[in-house]
Amino acid sequence: MSQRMQQAMFPQKFALEISGLRKAFDRPAVDGLDLKVREGEFYALLGPNGAGKTTTLRMVAGLLRPDSGAISVSGIDALADPVAAKQIMAWISDEPMIYDKLTPREYLEFVAGLWGIAPDVAEARTQDLLSWLDLTAHANERCEGFSKGMRQKVALAGALVHDPRVIILDEPLTGLDAGSARQVKSVLRERVDAGGTIVMTTHILEVAERMADRIGVIAHGRLIAEGTLDELRIAAGAQAGVNAVASATLEDTFLALVAEQAQAA
Amino acid sequence: MTAAPGTTIWFAQHESRLAWRDWLSMITAGRRERLRRVAIAILVFAVFMHFVAYWMVGPYADAAIDKSMLVTISGSILLSWLLMVSQAMETMTRAFYSRSDLDLILASPVAANKLFAIRITTIAIAMAAMAVPLAAPFINILIVQGGWHWLGAYGLIVAMGATSTALAVGLTVALFRLIGPKRTRLAAQIVAAVIGAAFVIGLQVAAILSYGTISRASVLQSQAVLAHAPDLDSIVWWPARAALGDIIPLVGVLALGLALLGIAIVLVAPRFGEYALVAAGTGNFSHAGARRQTAFRPASPQAALRRKEWLLLRRDPWLVSQTLMQMLYLIPPAVLLWHSFDNGNGAYALLVPVLVMASGQLAGGLAWLTISGEDAPDLVATAPVPPRFILRAKVEAVLGVIGIVFTPLVAVLALASPWHALIAATGIIIATAAATSIQLWFRGQFKRSQFRRRQVSSRVATFAEAFSSIGWAATAAVASASLILAVAPAILASLVVLGARFMAPRQS
Repeated sequence: MSQRMQQAMFPQKFALEISGLRKAFDRPAVDGLDLKVREGEFYALLGPNGAGKTTTLRMVAGLLRPDSGAISVSGIDALADPVAAKQIMAWISDEPMIYDKLTPREYLEFVAGLWGIAPDVAEARTQDLLSWLDLTAHANERCEGFSKGMRQKVALAGALVHDPRVIILDEPLTGLDAGSARQVKSVLRERVDAGGTIVMTTHILEVAERMADRIGVIAHGRLIAEGTLDELRIAAGAQAGVNAVASATLEDTFLALVAEQAQAA
Repeated sequence: MTAAPGTTIWFAQHESRLAWRDWLSMITAGRRERLRRVAIAILVFAVFMHFVAYWMVGPYADAAIDKSMLVTISGSILLSWLLMVSQAMETMTRAFYSRSDLDLILASPVAANKLFAIRITTIAIAMAAMAVPLAAPFINILIVQGGWHWLGAYGLIVAMGATSTALAVGLTVALFRLIGPKRTRLAAQIVAAVIGAAFVIGLQVAAILSYGTISRASVLQSQAVLAHAPDLDSIVWWPARAALGDIIPLVGVLALGLALLGIAIVLVAPRFGEYALVAAGTGNFSHAGARRQTAFRPASPQAALRRKEWLLLRRDPWLVSQTLMQMLYLIPPAVLLWHSFDNGNGAYALLVPVLVMASGQLAGGLAWLTISGEDAPDLVATAPVPPRFILRAKVEAVLGVIGIVFTPLVAVLALASPWHALIAATGIIIATAAATSIQLWFRGQFKRSQFRRRQVSSRVATFAEAFSSIGWAATAAVASASLILAVAPAILASLVVLGARFMAPRQS
């Protein structure tokens, strides 16, 4: 069955649809961005510093109002009905924001309360998540003495305790040691395997290369390339006027795409 | 010209540059373009304060020196000095516990004791520098009206800065060694708050118990105190005489102050790094299982927010100690209430404005903590709860605490005088609503740990909150006697609140 026929018979559902998104501060940060992420997809958003990745994701999470454009989360207009969109979403930034004076258990109870999760369900999920993330031994300690990795894991548990369909992550692996990073990656992969959708920015290209189903490259607030790693290689080769190099790493491809964009600009 | 790296002068240059930039940032709230406006405002305020000082102390510039005068001056000096000790202890504790650049300094090959000697000296200079703007208008007026000998008061301020810092260093290190680094942080905060308030409160409590009034001047000017005061030539009066410009007492207190500061530096500076390292090593881990694990309770998002705010307030002794100072000032009115209740001498009218003022101040601090001091703003903002519900829950958390603190006092007052209790309750509600509203209109996004610097974030909010609390306290005081007359101060207080609303930035 051809891809076109398959799409006609089983229309794709998008977990995230962004169209014509604009946001300017002193200068345009996001400049007419269009982006679609399928349900059950692990999508990595790459770009140089100041490309507009974090601004985009903050608008999706409802932390910034766009100047114009549309955002839809699993069919819900996130700008018209932000509460409904937030109900099925979770947001984690590179700097884990948790309360020093609460224990992980209390933090998760608070988050569950915010999302209106029934106490028995929240408690069962809390136990699973704490165990999954190796936090059970620290469940009743206040977070104030936790390392960056432990804090990030608590934040991740908070993001998962309300069982979100779409998880938005901004540099979630920054500053994590190898063990913690592997745990977080494994938890994220399992969420995708279970049907969840993940949209993640990262500077660690190896993570995007290994984990992402599709990769979007953003520069100057616009999507300049998108696809699987192979598709990006071809795009980078086409832009450079050469054949795609099959062995090119994502780093080579990314740098080629960004350099092309910089020249064009 | 820059001194050779690693020398004491080089460190002094480094510290003074940091202190200058910190001060600039503090007075301009981080916006350099405001500097000119701030400078003009300071100038206008200084001129205004000189008029106030002329009115207050001008007539006394040439007054004869007698015991009554020495007692009054000594009382004022002691009060100011205790406040300086309190502030110096607070600064010292922060120096031990905040890491800032300590890691860099301790990891470098320079002799860190030189820097720490400079830092202790800087605290002493800061203490004196903080007192000068407040005292200068009064001293200047006394110099103009009474003669150059009043210049000695500036020398006394230097001595007070040195001795208060020396004592603060000694007390903090003593606490450190006595109860350990983990408990010292909180203990030092509490001791600092108590030291700062104890003298005023002590005088007020003594005045209430002896004379049935809350005025501390009644104790200082009482026959009992004057009769037991030492002779005019006693060394006890040296600080007061130094302020009056007597050379020998001035040289004496200056020498004592600088000597004590020198001793503190010599004894503590070499060990400062060691103390800082120990303080850094005090983990904040609680033992697993030490905290009772309770089952999750059902809660609406608003209830979860309220519960979280109360839990965080309860668990943060540092913040509690920051608000302790305000609560300590409730002790005299509580004693007055108890005393009046016992004697039936009808001094309830004095209580009403104190309660109203305290409620406004406490509500302002709590409202900043709950509304602006959110450590996980992204989490709360991405929760599926309309923003107005979040704000409402946070305001309810503030009102809950105010209710718990003030309801018992109003209830006891109601037993003695229902009318005054009604006025106090109304005033508390209005002052709390006004202070909370101001914090709501000027809300920002800060860490709770930035509580100390909340005044810096918006000068308008700070002044509006203070003037609103004063205005409603005055309204309540007048209303105790006449409701008609209370209309005027009520209008003024309302104008303050409306002005704040008008000047508040637009919230997105």
